[in-house]
Amino acid sequence: MNTESESKIRPEMAKQLPSERRYNFSEVALGYNRGEAVAEAKRCLDCKKPLCIEGCPVGVDIPLFIRQIAEEDFDAAARTLKSTNSLPAICGRVCPQETQCEAVCILGKKKDSDPIAIGGLERFVADYEMKKGVMIPEILESTGRSVAVVGAGPAGLTAAAELAKMGHAVTIFESLHSAGGVLVYGIPEFRLPKAIVAAEVDFIRKLGVDICLNSVIGKIDTVDELLEEYDAVFLGTGAGLPLFLGIDGENLNGVYSANEFLTRVNLMKAYLFPEFDTPIKKGSRTIVVGGGNVAMDAARCAIRLGSEEVTIVYRRGEDELPARAEEVVNAKEEGVRFRLLTNPIRILGDENNWVTGMECINMELCEPDESGRCRPVALSGTEHNIPADIAIIAIGTSPNPLVPMTTPGLETARYGTIVADETGATSKPGVFAGGDIVTGSATVISAMGAGKVAARAIDEYLGRV
Amino acid sequence: MSFTILKKHELVPTVYLMGIAAPRVAKKAMPGQFVILRIDEHGERIPLTIADFDAQTGTITLIFQKIGKTTRQLASLAAGGSIADVAGPLGKPSVIEKFGTVICVGGGVGIAPIFPIARALKSAGNRVISIIGARSADILFWEDRMNEASSELHITTDDGTKGHHGFVTEVVQNLLEHGGHSGQIDRVIAIGPPVMMRAVASVTKPFGVKTVVSLNPIMVDGTGMCGACRVLVGGETKFACVDGPEFDAHEVDYTLLMSRLAMYLPEEKEALEPYEH
Ligand SMILES: Cc1cc2nc3c(=O)[nH]c(=O)nc-3n(C[C@H](O)[C@H](O)[C@H](O)COP(=O)(O)OP(=O)(O)OC[C@H]3O[C@@H](n4cnc5c(N)ncnc54)[C@H](O)[C@@H]3O)c2cc1C
Ligand SMILES: Cc1cc2nc3c(=O)[nH]c(=O)nc-3n(C[C@H](O)[C@H](O)[C@H](O)COP(=O)(O)OP(=O)(O)OC[C@H]3O[C@@H](n4cnc5c(N)ncnc54)[C@H](O)[C@@H]3O)c2cc1C
Ligand code: SF4
Ligand code: SF4
Ligand code: FES
Repeated sequence: MNTESESKIRPEMAKQLPSERRYNFSEVALGYNRGEAVAEAKRCLDCKKPLCIEGCPVGVDIPLFIRQIAEEDFDAAARTLKSTNSLPAICGRVCPQETQCEAVCILGKKKDSDPIAIGGLERFVADYEMKKGVMIPEILESTGRSVAVVGAGPAGLTAAAELAKMGHAVTIFESLHSAGGVLVYGIPEFRLPKAIVAAEVDFIRKLGVDICLNSVIGKIDTVDELLEEYDAVFLGTGAGLPLFLGIDGENLNGVYSANEFLTRVNLMKAYLFPEFDTPIKKGSRTIVVGGGNVAMDAARCAIRLGSEEVTIVYRRGEDELPARAEEVVNAKEEGVRFRLLTNPIRILGDENNWVTGMECINMELCEPDESGRCRPVALSGTEHNIPADIAIIAIGTSPNPLVPMTTPGLETARYGTIVADETGATSKPGVFAGGDIVTGSATVISAMGAGKVAARAIDEYLGRV
Repeated sequence: MSFTILKKHELVPTVYLMGIAAPRVAKKAMPGQFVILRIDEHGERIPLTIADFDAQTGTITLIFQKIGKTTRQLASLAAGGSIADVAGPLGKPSVIEKFGTVICVGGGVGIAPIFPIARALKSAGNRVISIIGARSADILFWEDRMNEASSELHITTDDGTKGHHGFVTEVVQNLLEHGGHSGQIDRVIAIGPPVMMRAVASVTKPFGVKTVVSLNPIMVDGTGMCGACRVLVGGETKFACVDGPEFDAHEVDYTLLMSRLAMYLPEEKEALEPYEH
């Protein structure tokens, strides 16, 4: 198996057909079957110096779990994965593998050859384990130390899992009624089924982690109050505050932040209204402003809710779209239209305060600035109206100030992020932080990596106090 | 973990009182704050003001009017039952200081949230003149508690079945003109339907009296994460759940508030239909 097999191409993962999936919220990508997974695993060179591992922020032993798949010892593969990654079924689905582990796979560097489908294989193993029943790893003897984790997103869940495995007593405080952070309120069912998130959260509970839902820290308890009861605190509160454009018409009925739209659809299951009580406006013409993963998710939800015309308005060009290429393709296949190099000037409304459209202007890219991106400029005289009855603003989020505001001595940076060193330590003794609250909006796996690093630092800190 | 309902009764027709065991919320609650609750897995998240709280017994009291699907379902629950989720206390607490003479106005179910504020203002040494109003005497509640929490209590009913025949604003106007018993009015706080709050604001404005209202826009998370609750105050967009719910009454765009509250009317009807049969 260590010799290069004939195929240089990875098997294509089966997907629901666009003509079908645009009418349902079921998962789009269907995963590899056993035969495909084993064949793909056999393509791995089991490199002596596996570059792929360095591409993974949590350091999954990629060649080992892939070898175990090739040997058809899926239980062992699952153990390998879980020893470094507590959320493999999630990562296998939503990691931007093409810029992480798969970007540095040696096979991808060869001519005409695909990198190993590491994410797809990870998903295969995690799904296999989930179907079979999850194994609980060994937990070290209790240390008598306790840690409070604020926020049950990928950063908080990972920090909690690692700390629990080290023998510390861990309690997570989460403001919503469900654990998972963006995984439950943002990323839609058709990309990441909520049952998968629930199962991985359940694994973390089985490690002995106590999850207190409905607990808004800064309101029900402050960080200082947590420090009276716990030996250390980890902050993984994410970057959940929605940004608006600051243009006229943004408070009209029918204008949503992407967060609100996605929260109604995903967390509150508004797509099943009235079986579920939370309503959502199903427009006939929807405009989504923005070009990232969040914009793609919102547009694809709008399609599934039955909006006849869904248009993404983005001020730069195709090459600059920050969303994963795969998601852009998916969106196009499902019928989402793209108005690139177009920028909204104001949102138009009727006498009843309802959205009727968006006035936009064409943009032109010019010289790249110091960040290497082109700053688009408006082309005057190109103003035009796009009709719409729903407008979704997906131009980004910033950190929620609730915790920093109520925590004296916690240093924050310019855009409200919490300042932490490379171990996650903040300016406040005993308080650590990681994930989007430190970096600003990033990725699931980078938040998990930060949670893991901080857990090690917290463990060390607890040994000292 | 769910939250046990300790008591529930119909206070007056369509208005219910519910006591819930929520020790951690009760310990931290302050006048002016609210909770967001979700009855069960299928439920919507709705905000309700904490009308009373007792850290000793670990209970909070909610008072709600039965209007749509969720409040109807809530009204159908009984003591011993439970609610899946209660998150709070949310929002900024009311500013409680010694202002001097304060008028507290509660209209309809707005009587419930004004009560803990009046009580706190009175214990802070203010002279509290309260005005509570309702359409009719039979739907007026907590007269006794408001009496205790105030130095002076006025009652109004739209139909004249009790107290002043007319609107709360007329009493406010009268007090401002004649200064109550003690002279000057230093502050007004009004909670009730948006039309009432707008009317109070326009009455107090010419007198230049600082006036505060508690806004009730549609909310989802209640933590600043979605922006559903945005309101326009002094020309600036604010999120009522974290920046409020109390704002300067003279700066609020009430027309926007009311139009946003009506955003889901067709869906609310649809939600109610199967529930009614
Ligand atoms: C729509 C959408 C799609 C995305 N798609 C992808 C993708 O495909 N791949 C990818 O890698 N990344 C994706 N991302 C980004 C990724 O989800 C985030 O980078 C990641 O979730 C950050 O994790 P976190 O743990 O730092 O924060 P979050 O996931 O934001 O979790 C923070 C948690 O803290 C809770 N919280 C906040 N304040 C408090 C408080 N005061 N008290 C208690 N709890 C609190 C929040 O409710 C939340 O549950 C996407 C993001 C969005 C919005
Ligand atoms: C901070 C705050 C405190 C409140 N305190 C109280 C209180 O103490 N007692 C009380 O009776 N009511 C209170 N309300 C209003 C209460 O939340 C609504 O009456 C309730 O949500 C109606 O839900 P429903 O399903 O029964 O009715 P629906 O049929 O869904 O709606 C009826 C009307 O209620 C409003 N509404 C609907 N959903 C929401 C929502 N998620 N958030 C806010 N408003 C909504 C809309 O105007 C709607 O037209 C408060 C609202 C806010 C924002
Ligand atoms: S967790 Fe993500 S980055 Fe790491 S190996 Fe798996 S897919 Fe790659
Ligand atoms: S770099 Fe690629 S081929 Fe080498 S071990 Fe990693 S996954 Fe296998
Ligand atoms: S209710 Fe979501 S931000 Fe206020």
